[in-house]
Amino acid sequence: MTDPHPITMTVNGQERSAIVEPRKTLADVLREDMRLTGTHLACEHGVCGACTVLLDGEAVRSCLVFGVQADGAEVTTVEGIAPAPGELSDVQAAFRDCHGLQCGFCTPGFVVSIHAFLEKNPSPSEEEIRSGLSGNLCRCTGYTGIVNAVRQVVRERAGGAPAGSPPNGEQPTEGPPTQGVPTIAGHAVTTLPSAP
Amino acid sequence: MKPAPFTYEAPTTLAEAVDVLGRYGDEAKVLAGGQSLVPVLALRLARFEALVDLNRVDELAYVREDDGAVVIGAMTRQATVEADPLVARSVPVLAEATRLIGHFQIRNRGTLGGSIAHGDPAAEYPAVVTALDATVTVAGPGGQRQIAATDLYDGPMTSTLSDDEILAAVSFPVWGPGSGFAVREMARREGDFATAGTVVGVTVADGKISRAAISLFGMGPVPLRARAAEAHLVGADASGLDLTEVGAAAVADVDPPSDVHASGRYRTRVASRLVARALESALQEANR
Repeated sequence: MTDPHPITMTVNGQERSAIVEPRKTLADVLREDMRLTGTHLACEHGVCGACTVLLDGEAVRSCLVFGVQADGAEVTTVEGIAPAPGELSDVQAAFRDCHGLQCGFCTPGFVVSIHAFLEKNPSPSEEEIRSGLSGNLCRCTGYTGIVNAVRQVVRERAGGAPAGSPPNGEQPTEGPPTQGVPTIAGHAVTTLPSAP
Repeated sequence: MKPAPFTYEAPTTLAEAVDVLGRYGDEAKVLAGGQSLVPVLALRLARFEALVDLNRVDELAYVREDDGAVVIGAMTRQATVEADPLVARSVPVLAEATRLIGHFQIRNRGTLGGSIAHGDPAAEYPAVVTALDATVTVAGPGGQRQIAATDLYDGPMTSTLSDDEILAAVSFPVWGPGSGFAVREMARREGDFATAGTVVGVTVADGKISRAAISLFGMGPVPLRARAAEAHLVGADASGLDLTEVGAAAVADVDPPSDVHASGRYRTRVASRLVARALESALQEANR
């Protein structure tokens, strides 16, 4: 039985099947067999969090689960987080607004983790946000932009103003550094087109 | 970074799991949450002919009260332990220690029994069961037997279970009224294994300490009990204790390892302070 096993799981709402070797991790099954390469692999031993997916609704490291173990399960990857193709989830939009990414390699893991984290704790304190982010590593941003993105989502979901539109021109007391800059479709424009 | 090939076994009952494991002997490994085992396999630090996956053995996932104890099935996820109301009420230090394990993504998958069977000397759960005098139930070909947590470990990541046995449940005795607990650890980053840590429990009756337990983790090859310091506490007046002195007594006979994270001497100093702080907090809780 090192032989390949047939498995079926619901991935982003669609039933998908594959025939996989037992040693193949869920991350590799998603990337290679399901062709869902949004789930990234960096450390491959459970440290970095880049491969985070939702397994039956709970955020897990998909490099620490074997594909055969997910037989019959429901999996949501970063591809299933956005409301529709070409659209961003509020967490993804906040990452763009707040410079929550630079190279972007770790971003899918952060986005999935943050969606799961805010599901359980919709109004986290500053300390809880940092604790909630501690299972994902980012080597570019220094985390400040990511923390700001989480704060923005918390504010927005609580009915607060999105970035770039403080009520009546008031100065925000806290928020991402992009607040108050011009917006397109509600999202801050921080890179101006260069002159011809 | 890919595990070596193995045969995958997915039993659905404990009896079946014991049976399957018995067929392979020491060539098989039990797979619980996989949060330690899978990295070991991925890094090829170990390889096994077969993995016996317990994740479909539903009878091993439960939290219940049983004759003055809280009994928790081995496959109960750490996230479940962390949020369980019975655990919060009756074994609060277990919930408190759970929050120090890894990150929430790890605790969603990691299990109580997996962590205890794995027996990392710097991990929280082995230190909790050691401090609380918990009992572990293991299932093997000859039936079930109980092991006192203090007899559970032989060395780093080596338990006294035999190769054909499976850790099935852990029983946490509920300490009586007037008890207080605390866990304290120092780790370089949130979610890391502790450089040093301690779990403390005390019972106070009529202003005097009637029961005391101190375990240390990250301080030796197995979780340790600071018996001399405990003896010093029992019978003592709960107020006006010299906490620093108790902390020093707790680490007096300990020879912690030196490694890239900390020297043994540093660990000793850290653990001594942590014991003092944990004891202070446990006494406050006991007096409430």
